[in-house]
Amino acid sequence: MAEEPEPAVSREWLQTMTLIRRFEERAGEMYARAKVGGFLHLSIGEEATIVGSARALRDSDYLISTYRSHGHALVRGTPPENVMAELFGRVDGCSGGRGGSMHMFDISRRFMGGYGIVGGNLPIAAGLALACDYQGTDDVTLCVFGDGASNQGTFGETLNLAALWKLPVVFMVTNNQFGMGTALSRHSAVTDLQRKGESLGVPGMRCDGMDVLDTYRVVCEAIARVREQRCPLLVEAVTYRFRGHSMADPEQYRSKEEVAQWRQRDPIPAFGDRLVAEGVVDADARGQIDAEAIARVDAAVQFAEASPFPPAESLYDDVYLLDPGSTGSYSVRTTDPQANARGESPRSLHDGDNSEIPQQMSEALAHGEDSG
Amino acid sequence: MAQLRYREALNAALREELRRDERVMLMGEDIGVFGGAFKVTEGLLEEFGEKRVRDTPISENTIVGVGVGAAMAGLRPVVELMTINFALLAFDQIVNHAAHIHYMFAGQARVPLVVRMPQGAGHQLGPTHSHCFEALFLHVPGLLVAAPATAADAKGLLKTAIRDENPVIFIEHESLYGVRGDVPDDEERLVHFGRARVAREGSDVTVIGVSRMALTAERAAATLADEHGVSAEVIDPRTLRPLDLDTILASVRKTNRCVIVEEGWPHGGVAANLAALISEQAFDDLDAPVRRVSGADVPMPYSKPLEDIAYPHEPQIVSAVLDTLGVDPGAVAGAGAGAEAGAGRAATSGGDEGAG
Repeated sequence: MAEEPEPAVSREWLQTMTLIRRFEERAGEMYARAKVGGFLHLSIGEEATIVGSARALRDSDYLISTYRSHGHALVRGTPPENVMAELFGRVDGCSGGRGGSMHMFDISRRFMGGYGIVGGNLPIAAGLALACDYQGTDDVTLCVFGDGASNQGTFGETLNLAALWKLPVVFMVTNNQFGMGTALSRHSAVTDLQRKGESLGVPGMRCDGMDVLDTYRVVCEAIARVREQRCPLLVEAVTYRFRGHSMADPEQYRSKEEVAQWRQRDPIPAFGDRLVAEGVVDADARGQIDAEAIARVDAAVQFAEASPFPPAESLYDDVYLLDPGSTGSYSVRTTDPQANARGESPRSLHDGDNSEIPQQMSEALAHGEDSG
Repeated sequence: MAQLRYREALNAALREELRRDERVMLMGEDIGVFGGAFKVTEGLLEEFGEKRVRDTPISENTIVGVGVGAAMAGLRPVVELMTINFALLAFDQIVNHAAHIHYMFAGQARVPLVVRMPQGAGHQLGPTHSHCFEALFLHVPGLLVAAPATAADAKGLLKTAIRDENPVIFIEHESLYGVRGDVPDDEERLVHFGRARVAREGSDVTVIGVSRMALTAERAAATLADEHGVSAEVIDPRTLRPLDLDTILASVRKTNRCVIVEEGWPHGGVAANLAALISEQAFDDLDAPVRRVSGADVPMPYSKPLEDIAYPHEPQIVSAVLDTLGVDPGAVAGAGAGAEAGAGRAATSGGDEGAG
């Protein structure tokens, strides 16, 4: 069982939850102002689940998430500037403007990505865990997904495989009560999600995902067991998303009363109140934490605004790592940016000359080194 | 130089790369204790143990996804899928993840993963075990696609695939596993990607054959020379991505005529793609439209006589070549075998359009 966090640790949790909240609110505003394109899935309401679970990891452990992953990048320490720049599609985004909201990534912090396919990250998590075992480390992988993903084939397949191969993965189902707009009881025959892995050899645990301390304690215990026993566990974090599934969600599938009821359990005021009651922070400090988060998010927006869009000539970067031994054509360039900029009709080129992409070439020459 | 079967050459490539690089490990259904459905992995479990040669549950999408994750974390997994049709269960992981991770995360991660799978008709395995899907994988930027036709290429290309930094779809052919060929012993003798094999030099027409069809095209070229006095140049691209378009275009510029042979379906096929590239880049060098010979545009039937006519054979290639040369097969001695041998239902563009 995890010990009570030190006051400084508690403060940091409150700071990070507040940062995620303020970031998400501002991201929503930026979306409304068309600064952010595509889909935007906010995790407002789920901050305790995010912070409590991620803080149970050590730095060398892997975290892998879903399309609702801004908070996971932030909790791992990716600067909000780079997360916001990714939403803006800018070159300084944490995925270089290639991924957008659903595909955050920060390999330097072992945040192994947001993934847009529901349940798609589970097998990858098992692969990360397999590599840890193979390489002889005792690192573990925390794999986060939603209640909707527990119905995907990859859920059953991966839990079975992970149990069979004794892979060190904590599968954490963030049960926010809805698979998009379909309520848990309408999409899953078994609604006690912590039990959903039992027949696959994966025991379950549950935490109160609205309580950062409870989440932390339960996930700490899960991680300790997984690290020690080299076997997977399933943790159900019971939480609620206060906003719609995405920004384009009229929320006809739930009542305002239901949302209001859950909002009374808002994890950030709840934890703040608790810290005040325990004398860890006073009202001033609490206000300052909020002001700092807002200022940081302001800075992130300014940074994202100032960051350039990726240049047209980068369109073909990082499709392939070119092999110096190959003389063949990797890509058919029907959209040569230069040609289009000159108003010429699209044409096919074949790039037999690898030297035209020196950046990729240099990566290719690193052939044989470990990834990342 | 050793005489090895195609499957033995693949086995040698796996064995050598497992010995060479600790990070290489194999996963797949029945590849260990059973030795592989086609015995490609025979003996590897015994030599390398269960850590590196892993039998998996029947969970194709997850097996490939585990390979993706393991590759991202520094391993070099080689995943075997029992047939290419089963790869459709893993298409999510292959396309959405293996192919896209390097790009969508701006180069922060790489996926040096090989997914091996056999394809092809001829064993009466019916509509869910017999197809040729090179085109499906060729379609996807981020994937490399290798399709060896000979034992030497099977070994040399697989070694290159395992050492490559990109996800590689490695397409073997079921009918070739037992075919012998000369294979170099040298463990560092790789067959680099993007270098076509000119299987036979010629001057009248370029015949491009993909996967097993490279061998069928070679036989057709021999018939064309012997019975029709036609000099066909046969090219096996060996890898479809990267593609050795230079060799193909140089040949077409020499012969001014081209016939492309594949076992897969005609719509959106490899031949359609090559025909487009050739037409775009060598149109002025062509004396006749590029001609395709492909599998019939039907799901693969079980019954032997139907299966036989649902994929290309030598007579159809001969017929297509003569047609593109403007030669009336009936006017040439011995041409009857080509025009009337009964295997005429596989689709050839321009002429007989298959079972329609």
